[in-house]
Amino acid sequence: MTETRTLVVERMIPHPPEKIWRALTQGALLEEWLMKNDFTPTVGAKFTFRTQPMPHWNGVVECEVLAIEPHQRLSYSWNAAGGKKLQTTVTWTLAPVPGGTRLRMEQSGFGPQDDNNYKGAAYGWQRNIEALEKVVAGLA
Amino acid sequence: MPATAPELFTALADPTRRAIFERLSRAGELTVRALTEPSGVSQPAVSKHLGVLKQAGLVHDRKDGRQTHYSARPQALKPLADWMTLYGAFWRDRFDRLEDLLNRMDQ
Repeated sequence: MTETRTLVVERMIPHPPEKIWRALTQGALLEEWLMKNDFTPTVGAKFTFRTQPMPHWNGVVECEVLAIEPHQRLSYSWNAAGGKKLQTTVTWTLAPVPGGTRLRMEQSGFGPQDDNNYKGAAYGWQRNIEALEKVVAGLA
Repeated sequence: MPATAPELFTALADPTRRAIFERLSRAGELTVRALTEPSGVSQPAVSKHLGVLKQAGLVHDRKDGRQTHYSARPQALKPLADWMTLYGAFWRDRFDRLEDLLNRMDQ
């Protein structure tokens, strides 16, 4: 088994779990903060997130619902094909705390950092800038 | 010390700095004056942008008499070539958007 890495983003949010759950599972709300989607809250349901295509990525994330525990936990696969293939799992965990919810996003399955994949070549940086533009778009 | 991903994001979030970095990546080595001429930005402004790019490790400067020559260091972008680094910034941004949405849902 190859070694994988996990990304965790966790934040205390001053809203109740039930309300956050709606933003995580209702397609129209999900689109407002994440991406266009055809999410269905059913285990085994396949869906996609879509954004504008960019070099080395068609802008599509292929997903399948893996686990649903209302107001507590939601998990789906998060796969993308591009310059480097991405096969990960995204798991949301909601824990009620005084004054709100501790929201945790865990994305697991990243491959080992592959230095060979980065050549530093003439065009290497360009696709990074394209990806960067997507990431910083919407930052204040 | 290599710049962190957030430092790189900040340095490259500005379109003028991106344009300067792009020109240096293509041209090899240029002086501040050569960079200023077609840019439509004042020389002090270009110098300031170069300072930010240098701080992030994205450009290298070489003094030659009174002239300073700048060149791109594309290897400084290495942290951004990794999916996990990119997603780290992506999810933090999306958490902010989610909080904005939740605040609006109150109304």
